[in-house]
Amino acid sequence: MRYLPLEEADRKLMLERIGVPTIDDLFAAVPRDKLLDHLPDLPRVRSEMEVERELSALASRNAAAGAHPFFCGAGAYRHHVPASVDHLIQRSEFLTSYTPYQPEITQGTLQVLFEFQTQVALLTGMEVANASMYDGSTATAEAVLMAHRITRRRKAVVSGSLHPQYRDVICTLSHHGGSRVTALPPDPDANEDLIAAIDGETSCVVVQYPGFFGHVRDLGEIAAAAHAKGALLVVAVTEIVALGAIKSPGEMGADIVAAEGQSIGNGLSFGGPYVGLFACRSKHVRQMPGRLCGETVDAEGRRGFVLTLSTREQHIRREKATSNICTNSGLCALAFSIHMTLLGERGLRKLAAVNHANAVALADMLAGVPGVSVLNETFFNEFTIRVPGHAGDVIERLAEKGVIGGVPLSRLEPERAELIDLIVVASTEINTDEDRVRFATALAEVLA
Amino acid sequence: MSMNRQGRPTDTGTGETASAPTFTGHRGLDHEESLIFERGRLDKTGVDLPEPKAVATRLGNVARQGEIGLPGLAEPEAVRHYVRLSRMNYAIDSGLYPLGSCTMKHNPRLNERMARLPGFGDIHPLQPQSTVAGAIALIELLGGYLMELTGMPAIAMSPKAGAHGELCGMLAIKAAHDAAGDSLRRIVLVPESAHGTNPATAAFMGYSVKTIPAKTNGTVAASDVKAALGPDVAAIMLTNPNTCGLFEPEIVEIARAVHDAGAYFYCDGANFNAIVGKVRPGDLGIDAMHINLHKTFSTPHGGGGPGAGPVVLSERLAKYAPLPFIHREDGKARLIETIGEAETLGADPFGRLTAFHGQMGMFVRALAYMLSHGSDGMRQASEDAVLSANYMRAGLRDVMTQPFGDQPCMHEVLFDDQFLKDTGVTTLDFAKAMIDEGYHPMTMYFPLVVHGAMLIEPTESESRESLDIFIDTLRDLTRAAKAGETERFTSAPRFTPRRRLDETKAAREPKLRWMPPPEKQAAE
Repeated sequence: MRYLPLEEADRKLMLERIGVPTIDDLFAAVPRDKLLDHLPDLPRVRSEMEVERELSALASRNAAAGAHPFFCGAGAYRHHVPASVDHLIQRSEFLTSYTPYQPEITQGTLQVLFEFQTQVALLTGMEVANASMYDGSTATAEAVLMAHRITRRRKAVVSGSLHPQYRDVICTLSHHGGSRVTALPPDPDANEDLIAAIDGETSCVVVQYPGFFGHVRDLGEIAAAAHAKGALLVVAVTEIVALGAIKSPGEMGADIVAAEGQSIGNGLSFGGPYVGLFACRSKHVRQMPGRLCGETVDAEGRRGFVLTLSTREQHIRREKATSNICTNSGLCALAFSIHMTLLGERGLRKLAAVNHANAVALADMLAGVPGVSVLNETFFNEFTIRVPGHAGDVIERLAEKGVIGGVPLSRLEPERAELIDLIVVASTEINTDEDRVRFATALAEVLA
Repeated sequence: MSMNRQGRPTDTGTGETASAPTFTGHRGLDHEESLIFERGRLDKTGVDLPEPKAVATRLGNVARQGEIGLPGLAEPEAVRHYVRLSRMNYAIDSGLYPLGSCTMKHNPRLNERMARLPGFGDIHPLQPQSTVAGAIALIELLGGYLMELTGMPAIAMSPKAGAHGELCGMLAIKAAHDAAGDSLRRIVLVPESAHGTNPATAAFMGYSVKTIPAKTNGTVAASDVKAALGPDVAAIMLTNPNTCGLFEPEIVEIARAVHDAGAYFYCDGANFNAIVGKVRPGDLGIDAMHINLHKTFSTPHGGGGPGAGPVVLSERLAKYAPLPFIHREDGKARLIETIGEAETLGADPFGRLTAFHGQMGMFVRALAYMLSHGSDGMRQASEDAVLSANYMRAGLRDVMTQPFGDQPCMHEVLFDDQFLKDTGVTTLDFAKAMIDEGYHPMTMYFPLVVHGAMLIEPTESESRESLDIFIDTLRDLTRAAKAGETERFTSAPRFTPRRRLDETKAAREPKLRWMPPPEKQAAE
């Protein structure tokens, strides 16, 4: 087996030195009747070539986004990732290193995390950010739990602007120990009265920005209303590129920002691995979940970096930890940070401008398709359209024509009849004029 | 002075001290590297983009006005920045990484190539299911393999890491108790040798944690578990093989007692690498177990994630598995993503742990690992991992001390700091001296039940020559410690980009991000 350096002669000699006759003598603690006397019922060892052939065959049964006019968003976005990003994250020293518990020999990872935390804090307009979470949805749920700890209240008010699956993750993770979630219904028209739902027991209000249906709105009033009742504002961002074009959540009064960072540096990969961004005000840092990297000095007084404030974490605090989280999303955070460094302020602004312009062009074009209406007055690179009939069927028929035309609400909220004709459509820098024309043409044909 | 034929000097210099300062601060191949914020400029970029179309913007009243403050670098500068930083890291690819409980095995590059096939890497989680049949088939295939290896009838694939998997298993257990109307079970039993994530997970869900002591031989006694069980106990969370590197010999009896008391058995599968193809956890009577794909199945650790933590479930817990899951009907597999759809199939999911479907990129890598090894190769890998750990034990047992006596271990061997008594050298010092010898240290001070613990996990990826040199190195270090060469330890590490770092200062005066220097702030 090509990955195993030991040979039979080595094994024999090693057993001799250990002082046992057979390998199974080392498994003596296993009850005899439980030790398997046969191999698992799986294929035997295979060459690299054979494995590549088998997996390539599976991959070829999927329609890769890059091979089609492609307009899906709803929490995962197809952006162009520079070739150097993927090369750099495959450097052995990054790819095959562990959590930087020995800082003297992991300054590379640690400095990257320090830079990453700074980039995230700047982008979200917050004071501090952690070293990343699993993804945007779990980061948002952790933000709710953090708000509970800070306010010592147990009720979260969730806006209908939040991604339905994010809402479900919050409900799953926070209905223990007396926590409650008041979730407003999905809000495709952006006219919910969120402020009315905030009361004296509310620990936090959770809104998505830009909203799941694409609307962008100033959160200042909601922040003020939440703060007036002693509650915190949690802002979830699923399309982080938007913050290159619109105000940061921090500027509008957010207390915690939980975001999905996939758009920068990371591919679609069918939903994971992604990278959760998590930022807050300095005064709340000790209630933050997850790893933090901090600056310090070494024995010779030189600047260096370490993991810090770990007294919040499970390996020290055990049952009193702020979260059970143990891993971050290190390599995806690295990809995010490299891509962000390549973009810089100027590149990010331009990327955001191209995204917005492409989406506006698409919205205008789709609005001209008979029977289709665009719900949004405002949006960044994603908006919602209403089509006659069942949106899921429309999307399937578009796929038959080779166009991946967005995410139908019937996929995410099949029980809500009022959403059955809605499609969330995204357009990023990857879409060409030809893509847009093919989409509009195919949609017109499907609806005809 | 000697010269070569071109008249060029060939002598090797005077051998002056290696610690002399340099003008640049660099030391040969080792470069100092400033922060991007200290050199990048806001108007510089390493990405060329097309000009945006001229359109009337639809950003309402929230268009960004001010500066964000993000510096950019041109591509050559960025590449150099990250390559230089990478060179300050230790990695499996550069040396033995015996971090106990973390399973730092070789990461095959075929797996990276497979995960990047456009058919896997460039598909959207919510594009029509009809366009991703291969992805669904892959998840189903991997899930099937994991069920076969563990001997369990069901699996939840979406957990994003080990601790997330623990949460998944425990939520399924809670759902089962709730469904049975058994809401008085408020206690979870956790052995004191457990990973910190176990009690943290139980507490996260509102359970009280009751600690089970370890026996003097490092394992958990069935009698201690029985004494702690009662109508208020929801579950036990037990790691097997355990964190002391030992297989729990009374595990079958423990499982029976737990079930007799109406509780469930959560098994922490962090150490599954010791027993793949040798023992099936399902045959031992467990109800749920997470599998760290980034440990046992070699998906790269990436400097601290991403991981992946699928959870196998017993028949009794299967119906509570979270969304999404794969359902096969009439020869076709599809993802079930909503409660309503799940209920029509008789399932009762406890909810959803994450948006989308889990760590697909890790699934591809893990499956590539499994297909490459095959069942024979996977069993061989476990045997080699156990063999290597015991070889380490045999090579060190006369000079280091084992807290529970000299007995066969699984894939990691545990030492304590008794052998360092009165030497003035601590476990931390010993670990730092290993760094100077070119090794990543073992896991230190864990498990907590052992004083000055050193947990060594060599994995199956090392040759015998590599193990021999490592053993010889540790033997020399133990000799030096006992011979009073304390300086070699207390001043270590000496040959690293940084010497020991002041962790107290980092925690007392937290600096968690770069800030502009005061003079620049004042000027603005």
